[in-house]
Amino acid sequence: MSATFETTDRPVERKRSTPRIRRRTDWGRWYTWAVLAWLFAPIAFMIVFSFNDPAGRHNITWQGFTLRWYADAFAYRDLNEAMYNSVTIALLTMFVAGALGTLLGLALGRYDFRGKQLTNLVMFAAISAPEVVLGAALLSTFLMMNVTTGYWTTVIAHVMFCVSFVAITVRARVITLDPSLEEAARDLGAGSWTTFRLVTFPMLFPAIMAGGLLAFALSIDDYIITSFVSGDVTTFPLWIWGATRVGIPPQVNVMGTLLFAVGLVMAVVNIVAARRRA
Amino acid sequence: MRNRKLTPYVLVLPAWTWLALFFVIPIGGMLSLSLTTGNVITGFQQTFEVGNYVNAIGTYWEQILRSLFYGGCATLVCIALGYPMAYWIAFKGGAYKTTYLLLLLLPFFVSFVLRTISWRFFLSDNGVALGPLKDLGLLPEGFAVLNTAPAVILGLAYNFLPFMVLPIYAVLERMDPHLVEASHDLYANRFRAFFHVILPVSLPGVFAGVLMTFIPTSADYVNAAVLGGTDNTMIGNVIRTQYLVNNNYPIAASITFVLMGLLLIGIFSYARALGTERVMEVHTS
Amino acid sequence: MHNRSRTGLDPALLRGLTRARRSPLELPGPTRRRTLQAGGAAAAALALSACGVGGQQRDPAADANFWEGKERTGNLRWANWPLYMDSERTQIQQFTEATGIEVEYKEDVQEAASFFGRIQPKLANEDDLGYDLIVLPNGFELAKLIELGYLVQLDHALLPNFTEYAGEIYRNSTFDPGNKYTVPYASGITGIAYNPEFIDREITSVQDLWDPAFEGKVGMFSDPQEIANFGLLANGVIPADSTPEDWEAAADRLREQRDSGVVRAYYDQDFIQPLTNGDLWITMAWSGDIYQQNSEEGTNLKFVIPEEGATLWTDNLMIPYTTQAPVDAIELMNFLYEPEIATGLTEYIAYISPVPHAQEVMLEWAAAEDGERADALREMAESPLVFPSEGDYQNLHNFVVLPTEEQDGFSSLFQAVTQS
Repeated sequence: MSATFETTDRPVERKRSTPRIRRRTDWGRWYTWAVLAWLFAPIAFMIVFSFNDPAGRHNITWQGFTLRWYADAFAYRDLNEAMYNSVTIALLTMFVAGALGTLLGLALGRYDFRGKQLTNLVMFAAISAPEVVLGAALLSTFLMMNVTTGYWTTVIAHVMFCVSFVAITVRARVITLDPSLEEAARDLGAGSWTTFRLVTFPMLFPAIMAGGLLAFALSIDDYIITSFVSGDVTTFPLWIWGATRVGIPPQVNVMGTLLFAVGLVMAVVNIVAARRRA
Repeated sequence: MRNRKLTPYVLVLPAWTWLALFFVIPIGGMLSLSLTTGNVITGFQQTFEVGNYVNAIGTYWEQILRSLFYGGCATLVCIALGYPMAYWIAFKGGAYKTTYLLLLLLPFFVSFVLRTISWRFFLSDNGVALGPLKDLGLLPEGFAVLNTAPAVILGLAYNFLPFMVLPIYAVLERMDPHLVEASHDLYANRFRAFFHVILPVSLPGVFAGVLMTFIPTSADYVNAAVLGGTDNTMIGNVIRTQYLVNNNYPIAASITFVLMGLLLIGIFSYARALGTERVMEVHTS
Repeated sequence: MHNRSRTGLDPALLRGLTRARRSPLELPGPTRRRTLQAGGAAAAALALSACGVGGQQRDPAADANFWEGKERTGNLRWANWPLYMDSERTQIQQFTEATGIEVEYKEDVQEAASFFGRIQPKLANEDDLGYDLIVLPNGFELAKLIELGYLVQLDHALLPNFTEYAGEIYRNSTFDPGNKYTVPYASGITGIAYNPEFIDREITSVQDLWDPAFEGKVGMFSDPQEIANFGLLANGVIPADSTPEDWEAAADRLREQRDSGVVRAYYDQDFIQPLTNGDLWITMAWSGDIYQQNSEEGTNLKFVIPEEGATLWTDNLMIPYTTQAPVDAIELMNFLYEPEIATGLTEYIAYISPVPHAQEVMLEWAAAEDGERADALREMAESPLVFPSEGDYQNLHNFVVLPTEEQDGFSSLFQAVTQS
């Protein structure tokens, strides 16, 4: 889905043939902003309460402003460990699913081969299958194979459900590539590896990046599949889930806010970059 | 070129191996587990006990139907909120299209679980949202949203809205502006133009969006667990309980299979109508 | 009822197919194709039938001489519930100072059932759990662990403090007679809590949880045993003596409560926040959580033991048989029964200590201190929630103890109420 960012903005809507006489209210704008406000409401709530100063362990009523949770963001060893697990699992997923998905997307976008339909079907099924099904199926198999679930089974599961997303993102890009560039490279005497390295890969890179980031985002946010296959490894979402039972410490809001800030920075960078391109 | 014919197979091999080992085989494994009998103490033996399915459907048909219903409602809410938004961004977003899309995605950088829990605080009976309205007398004192079906449905819609907006946006954005313009010239009013030209073109996007929201929402359990009350249990909650709390793997696996079967029927009738390639292209390009 | 004949597959046929599959390629030409097909079918059938999850019971006799030759390792890994020791881990520091044993403390137990689900496959595989000491309540999971033979039998010669200081009621529990496998870590009462801001009458009875005046404002627990106990108490049945008929009646009673609309939701453990902010007015609750909330946040939540009685549960320390450091683990168990240590622990967690002597120690501390802490200590030492009197104990009931084969039926009966 983040491949959408790549679509180039078209010139702004053309002028109508009949000039408008009075300005109408742009209901669409209001509607869009209302929906956006709805989307941001709980986030705003979370951010505000990262500055709250609760007396006990329940961070639910506003009791005064403080910055101490930011200074003390890493006070919970288990929470840090969970965050660390989440990030490393997401990075591993990004690289492995990125590599596998890129190759798959390249094959699907460029070649005709036996089993292409089947491959599409399997990918499609993997994307559409509900998370509960994926998690349950993997857990069933791990149980029967006597595989102890933990860190690596989590990585395996995340790569599994991310690989198709990467493949599709890359394939979309491959289809739009002009094969003549690669042919030209070959005509100039480049071997297939050299052609790939110097021509194909750089052209695919934005899509690979998008796919990889998508995999990272899907992995770090995943709760349902992870809850089935993580064994005794705790990730950030799992830790929060556990903490709801005894009261979520403000540090969770702090980390949520930091994650949000990372997203915000990425968004701003993206916008600035888009401006520059335009 | 040497072995050009082999290239695609070499490229596909690693991903295929991964998907076969950790997706296709596990589905088979789950099928196998769903036919076993036993318990944690004695172990689970393969007895091809089809009765597990009868048992699962007989006990949980209500939760299954409810899940499909909630998923359907959440999908409709997503269309109602997402279509106009996608339309407006695609046609009126101008230079800020990307910005709007990023705004749409930004909340999703915050963990799914955390977002949902945030809603629980937000919606509490005397909380930030309802408290002031009650103080002003706009709502009766006993009014509650949290722990009701609407809370669960809105939570589901909230968490999966982008999966509806993005595919619709992708289709609309690719539309030829001349086509839109011509339609305005051709039809007397904007509504007719919309229904005759824009809507038909955007339907594949809506279809893809429905697929991407209906399936995950009807199988979700986090929203029902966090925002639901006494009669809002979804089938996902049951599956989780049977697997992780009761360790009743055969029943858990059979329910999962029933759910998957129902959803697959839906997906494949969809894919048949549109062609898998097309559905997939739409929601990803 | 689950015998093979029901599957319609003759065992002899299965055997035949299996044999054919072993060497399909050695067979002569004409039949090869058919053999291969048969082989394929057999492979599929085998793949399905080979997949089961093996029986997991261990023979506890293997542990007869478990303690022989076991020595201290100096490292101990302990899995406990969140917020079950202060964030400085005072008691662990004291333990390390006293013994030199380093403790890796993990707040990994968040729910008994799913924790069991996580450790059970490892124990079945004889894999190291990553823990040498775990804490679980007296529930179905503990019964399963004992029945599966997954717990180390304790050597009471190594538990002199337990022998000397443990309270009578904590010595010979119904769930682990003679403390063969476990010693209590802390106990608590499941009773009724309410918020007097919203309820202006005295709550005295379990029946109040059924009061239509509290429509949509009553919280119940989702744990099958906990909620079952309250259904039983509402029907005037003592949980520990209940029969299957009583369970049916209790489930009906609870279903009626649900359908009347008084119940807002079924809670795992997170009932405090809704009770504080008014989403709940009255709820099933744990004593220590209410005590902590009141003392930390100055709320005025009330906790009552209803006239029908309440239940007493116990979180227990136990050693999984895959432990790498049994001696260190049992030393810690023993250490936690030092009255001074038990008192310090109780001061933070506000649950009932298995060491009654802690009450005296706490009062001594209060006398030696002054200011806020002295008041807090005195208040706690005098609280019936933390140190129940003999009379209170009369009114606290045990859970019904069930053999594992009855547990599934019991759970489903009450999950049908909570997961509708």
